[in-house]
Amino acid sequence: MATITVERKPLSLLERTYIPNIVAGLTTTFKRMVKPTETLQYPEQRPAIPTGYRGVPTLVNDPHGREKCVSCQLCEFVCPPKAIRITPGEIANDDPNAHVEKRPKAFEIDMLRCIYCGLCQEVCPEEAIFLQNQYSMTGYTRAEMVNNKDRLYELGGTLPDQHYKWDKKKTAAEAASRGGHH
Amino acid sequence: MDFSLYFDLPLWFRLVLQGTIVILVLFPLAAACSMAERKISAWIQGRPGPNRTIPPFLAWIPGINIIRNLGLFQLAADGGKFTFKEDPVPGNVNKFYFILAPILSMIPALSTISFVPFGAYFTTLADGTKHLVPIMLARTDLGLLAVFAVSSLGVYSLILAGWASNSKYPFLGGVRASAQLISYELSMTLSILPVFLWVNAPGGEGTLSLFDVVQTQSQPGFLGGMWYIFLMPVSAFVFLVALFAETNRQPFDMPESESDLVGGFHTEYGAFKWSLFFVAEYAHMIVGSGIFCLLFLGGWNPLPWVSLGSFINLAAGVLPCVASPLFMGVIGITFFLLKVGFFIFFFMWVRWTLPRFRYDQVMNLGWKKLLPISIANLIFYAVAIAVKDLCFPNL
Ligand code: SF4
Ligand code: SF4
Repeated sequence: MATITVERKPLSLLERTYIPNIVAGLTTTFKRMVKPTETLQYPEQRPAIPTGYRGVPTLVNDPHGREKCVSCQLCEFVCPPKAIRITPGEIANDDPNAHVEKRPKAFEIDMLRCIYCGLCQEVCPEEAIFLQNQYSMTGYTRAEMVNNKDRLYELGGTLPDQHYKWDKKKTAAEAASRGGHH
Repeated sequence: MDFSLYFDLPLWFRLVLQGTIVILVLFPLAAACSMAERKISAWIQGRPGPNRTIPPFLAWIPGINIIRNLGLFQLAADGGKFTFKEDPVPGNVNKFYFILAPILSMIPALSTISFVPFGAYFTTLADGTKHLVPIMLARTDLGLLAVFAVSSLGVYSLILAGWASNSKYPFLGGVRASAQLISYELSMTLSILPVFLWVNAPGGEGTLSLFDVVQTQSQPGFLGGMWYIFLMPVSAFVFLVALFAETNRQPFDMPESESDLVGGFHTEYGAFKWSLFFVAEYAHMIVGSGIFCLLFLGGWNPLPWVSLGSFINLAAGVLPCVASPLFMGVIGITFFLLKVGFFIFFFMWVRWTLPRFRYDQVMNLGWKKLLPISIANLIFYAVAIAVKDLCFPNL
């Protein structure tokens, strides 16, 4: 075993008076004192949010204004603290988005339960739920801390979409029916 | 300027007036120290400190943000809070002594100031010679002895608080306070004896007055104008260390030591009574720094080898009005307060730099280091002064 024995030198007389170290300490603190402060004056100044930040989970629309969630409830199942409650709903046949399977009738995330783990975002097959930059959630009652569907879409806004999966599906289905083969 | 109107007032009335004014300055100054403490700790830790409070009806005044950023409104708010908040008395305390302790702590804190001169001014005597008069409340020859006698009473309030609280942490705090203050009192007194050996030249009239100590630092000549911190650095150092211990400041704040005794002697206190202890601590600090400045830093003299008198004579050549007693008094007090302010800053600076000593280290330092040093120092200066007086009587 390579053991290094560190020799402990006895303190010199000057060191035993503590004075050199006290002076060194005072110099350090004085330098700190004249430095500008590190504090962010919070409500006026906001922190820069790094990319990949996991803020409040939100629901998003695609650029065509379609809500992306199809209420598959995967996020509800995966959510470790069971913060999500989804009531699935049908889409009426005369709706422009009738080709999409379903949409949530109600979608609630209880922010008193949410642990900002991001599993809902990871599991979502539709890229419909994102943890975005919103970091400050406050409320006076427990009820206020539950984000309902409207609030979730309001927080989420619209995010770009690379796939337009349901539109492609619709065109494919239409082409197929026109071509007459399955 | 004519002050005869003031001097025509009855003596008792003038004394009451002066005393009230001094207390009215000292009390808020001590309270302001608590804000200074918070600000300095904040700056050292890279924070801005309290800077938010402002009464909304004042917010429109331009430039008021400077006051806001300095936390002065916070100070007022704290004062109001301490005065009006509920003041609970725990069930098992000894009520009479429990309430007496914070009141007692104020008495020595505010009364020692009466022996401290803050400035001086020239009066012209009937025969036309100029005569320097100190600005102070009680002009006695007792001076420093009175300060020590009264200020050491301060420890009784800590012991009383610790004992009357009837709980173990305050009790331990009180015991530590008494042991620590008694130990350091010795070194403190011994460390300043050389100063008074030097001041009281053989054959002269004996005095312990702080005014005379400053006077001997304002004489012409190399030795005469020298501040005692250069002449007796060891004395100054021991006195300063003992002062830290006597005012219960870090690194010697054994009676409080919140990391092991919750809050020490004031654990059971709250609201106004608690704030009284703190005002008393800061008042002790102010008076202590004042005494250090008087003894070792030439009191109200602006610079070493430049006395207030010669400074005023110089300045009067440019601006004749400064020679008036009022101006001279104000200038002297300003110099004095600047020095005191620096020392208060130093106290806080040290507090936010050094960790607290262990209790046994405090005792070791007091008895095994400071006491022998101060005794050796005393003997050295006694011999040196004797040699000087015998061999070079007219130096
Ligand atoms: S947010 Fe995603 S995972 Fe959750 S129900 Fe909607 S589509 Fe499914
Ligand atoms: S971030 Fe985690 S805890 Fe919060 S809703 Fe999504 S899955 Fe649940």
